[in-house]
Amino acid sequence: MAFADLIMTALLSGGLYALVSVGLNLQYGVARILDLAYGELMMLAAFGTFWAFTLAGLSPLLTLVLGAPVAFAFNLLLFRLVFRPLVRRSRDRASLEVNAILSTFGLVFLLQGAALALWGGSDRAYSYLAEPVTVLGSVTAANRLLALAGALVTAAAAYLVLRFTRTGRALRAIASNAASAPLVGIDVERLSGWAFAAGGLLAGVAGVLVSSFININPAIGTEYTMKALIVVTMGGIGNVLGGLLAGLALGFAETMGAAFIDPGLVTAIAFALFILVLVLRPEGLLGRRRR
Amino acid sequence: MNVRSMLRLAAAAVLSLAATIAAAQDAPEKIRIGYVASLSGPLAPGTLTTTVPNYRLWVKDVNDRGGLMLSKYGKRIPVELIELDDRSNIEDAVRLTERLMTSEKVDLVLAPWGTGTNLAVAPVYHKHGYPLLAVTAVNEKIPELTKRWKDVFFYLGMPSEASKALVDMLSALRQQGKIGDKVALLAVAQQFGAELIGPAKEALAAGGFDIVYEASYPVDVKDLTPQIKAAQAAAPDTFIAFSYPRDTLMLVETAQVNGFRPKVFYTAVGTAFPVFKQKFGDKAEGIFGIGGWDPTVPGAQDYFKRHVAVTGQEPDRWASPLTYASLQMLEQAIEKVGEIDREKISASLGSDTFQTIAGPIRLENNRLVKQWWVGQWQGGEFKGVAPADMPNAVPPVVD
Amino acid sequence: MLAPAAILAAAAAVAAAPMVVGSYGISVLINLLNAIVLATAWAFFSGPTRYVSLAAGAFFGTGAYAVAVLGEAIGYVPSLLAAALTGAVLAAIVGLATLRLRGMYFVIFTFGLSELVRELVNWWEFNVTHTVGRYVFLDVGEAEILWQLAALAAVLLFGWWLRDRSRIGYALEVIGADETVARQIGIGSIGLKLATFVLSSVAITLAGAILAPRWSFMDPTIAFNPTISFMTVVTALLGGMRRFWGPALGAVPLALLSDYLATTVPDYFSIVLGLAFLAIVFFVPDGLSGLLARRTGGLRPQAAGLP
Repeated sequence: MAFADLIMTALLSGGLYALVSVGLNLQYGVARILDLAYGELMMLAAFGTFWAFTLAGLSPLLTLVLGAPVAFAFNLLLFRLVFRPLVRRSRDRASLEVNAILSTFGLVFLLQGAALALWGGSDRAYSYLAEPVTVLGSVTAANRLLALAGALVTAAAAYLVLRFTRTGRALRAIASNAASAPLVGIDVERLSGWAFAAGGLLAGVAGVLVSSFININPAIGTEYTMKALIVVTMGGIGNVLGGLLAGLALGFAETMGAAFIDPGLVTAIAFALFILVLVLRPEGLLGRRRR
Repeated sequence: MNVRSMLRLAAAAVLSLAATIAAAQDAPEKIRIGYVASLSGPLAPGTLTTTVPNYRLWVKDVNDRGGLMLSKYGKRIPVELIELDDRSNIEDAVRLTERLMTSEKVDLVLAPWGTGTNLAVAPVYHKHGYPLLAVTAVNEKIPELTKRWKDVFFYLGMPSEASKALVDMLSALRQQGKIGDKVALLAVAQQFGAELIGPAKEALAAGGFDIVYEASYPVDVKDLTPQIKAAQAAAPDTFIAFSYPRDTLMLVETAQVNGFRPKVFYTAVGTAFPVFKQKFGDKAEGIFGIGGWDPTVPGAQDYFKRHVAVTGQEPDRWASPLTYASLQMLEQAIEKVGEIDREKISASLGSDTFQTIAGPIRLENNRLVKQWWVGQWQGGEFKGVAPADMPNAVPPVVD
Repeated sequence: MLAPAAILAAAAAVAAAPMVVGSYGISVLINLLNAIVLATAWAFFSGPTRYVSLAAGAFFGTGAYAVAVLGEAIGYVPSLLAAALTGAVLAAIVGLATLRLRGMYFVIFTFGLSELVRELVNWWEFNVTHTVGRYVFLDVGEAEILWQLAALAAVLLFGWWLRDRSRIGYALEVIGADETVARQIGIGSIGLKLATFVLSSVAITLAGAILAPRWSFMDPTIAFNPTISFMTVVTALLGGMRRFWGPALGAVPLALLSDYLATTVPDYFSIVLGLAFLAIVFFVPDGLSGLLARRTGGLRPQAAGLP
């Protein structure tokens, strides 16, 4: 296969990993909620996009704009109802994690069950922007290119907000030490809620963008959750840029592995890279040592 | 006729009348039929595309007729359907099947979806003497399995037969000068892919075909662009992918984006699914896939319309008609036996000829030996094209 | 000395059950005991050390697959031993590589492990043996499966009880609380953690191996089911991991509840189960054993701590 094709494939699959990880990074890295139902949020967005497209002929990009406030509000509500009481109750980060695992595991069932009851369990799919675009001399599907663009834009936006705004600084303070943040006048609960909701919104963005080239059914969320967790951990928990880097690194490792070793071993190759990173840098690519 | 024989006749009439009355009194209120299937989890899409809609449709059809005619009681008895969800978990499937048979004591248990689940529950059906109409199980060991489990029936046939039918079709096309020798082969690295690609390679080699590209990919693959581009670079006349539903859709979309148009483009599971037509519309035209059906069989068109009306979705054009046909067989076997006697029903299923929407069916050694293996989207319909000696096989269109 | 007697009595009662309950009853008990073994074995390691492992599915699958591959060739009992050995070797390698990781990094690593083992087995079967599915035709009855699971559960519970009364149990507590302190007061933390991890993993491997004959067909997707990893963790957390009988306590309501829901509300099963989980988090914060201990005035002084 031509070199340009290899690079393009690697960028696209790496971009997909990065795309699904940005939102989780906000939810887990900043708001400290280990959200196992993250992929289910994507699944709901993908279904929404499918129905808007099929029933009303709505372009997925329009759905993205219209759906964003809905996703934000839904996740804010989720935080207020479910996670804020858990944060208040938990003694330390470890016990919050245990509570989050249990409750978001319940959410996984709940959201999958709701999707199943509403829309049934069979596969859905639609066709949008399945058109060739030539980039760097390589023919690529426009819908996958759009997902890559989405990854870059969301990661950049999240990075800029976290890095250069007052709110962003406060959020980073929460991420690195939630216990001391109130001492410098940060409203931890309110900001955590925003970070969680923003993460949920980005999960929705990812769901909309991938929906045009995958089969949509209620069970698709889990694998995205796990991929996102791997990327977030590898990049450094709470570090958006690290997530982007980790996602792209995984994409390159998988593509090169598939091309030069064996397509049947891509997970093994990606996993080997994951272990290598954690052995060399136990806090992730760009992560900082905690405590 | 003398007095004596008249008396005997009268006595017989009285007796049979009494028997009928008595029987009508202890006739069951309903026939309870259960099934355990993957209503949620990763196996749900297949289950809810092919299997469950047909179960619900058939029960509705039967009850619209007033139920199943049991001659033992001289009347029709309605069917009650009991549905359980195994959450795509094999141990749950085994346990809940056991529950239906021994705790709920249902009269019959319909089959789950998928090769693995069907084989996992088969010993339970066998142990309790329930017939298992394992429609959606494809595997190479069928002849041995039917010897092991005498009440298990298979419909979809064996992978090696699928490969043979496909290669026979290619040979015929080549003889007509429509395609050349070059074949590109892809397979999903799963039991299904493994069982198909081995025999396919042998048959292709024996037929003098030239395999210009061969690869496999994992079941959770995200992007098949590299494989499609590599196959395209080898410029084959025929592209064959022994694929699963999610990669089937991905392969077709990627090939279309890249302008990869070999003379024969074949993908496996999922090509016959309604979601395929939903996604590709007119672009599905000409694509070959596993399965196919004959919409001209009496009753088939009507079945299609009822399926859409009752379940809100089109049937899959491979295993759906056979699933419904298996239920028609069950219905006819029950009515022939005239009571819920599972041993007799199994015996009838294994030996009688049945009229179904998939044509007349008679199982041999507990399995259907002739079935559609290759279909092609022609004019918005996925028509059976091979094996060529199937009744009403339409010729494959290649340009 | 009440505990060993209770374990023995419970195991004996379960072993006698096939004479009383029907074959569905046996199925329910098999499911329940499997959950008890998995949750107890998991918490045997994760309770005191506080490592959240998602590798249960990897070891369960290894055991099941080993029996599927070797069962007919070398016989059932030797294949059980081979499965246990494979699980031990895998656990030792994984433990050496990862027990230095902490927190989330360990969680993700162990989850990835299941995926990795599944893919490697799948790759090997597809490319080398050309058969991705295995048929398991072993003559092992359901009562025998139940007995084996009951024995395994009894051994685990008794082992944990014994450990609680030994210096090893105390040493593990210290490691879980603060590893640096443990090292400074001369507790060899890596060796002890590794040994515990291997024992726990072997028990999980054996559970998979014992259950394999129940399913006549096995492929990597069936064997390495990620749900197993998650359900194991949730069961143990629900029960509570501070006492040896905690995880088993979590298994009972979960197994019964899911069977009840599967038969009463099959179409809304997931929704109700999800709501039940949320309710548990909110109303039973320290696990069932914590709840029970509070109600009865506390069985052990350090009732607080991880749920």
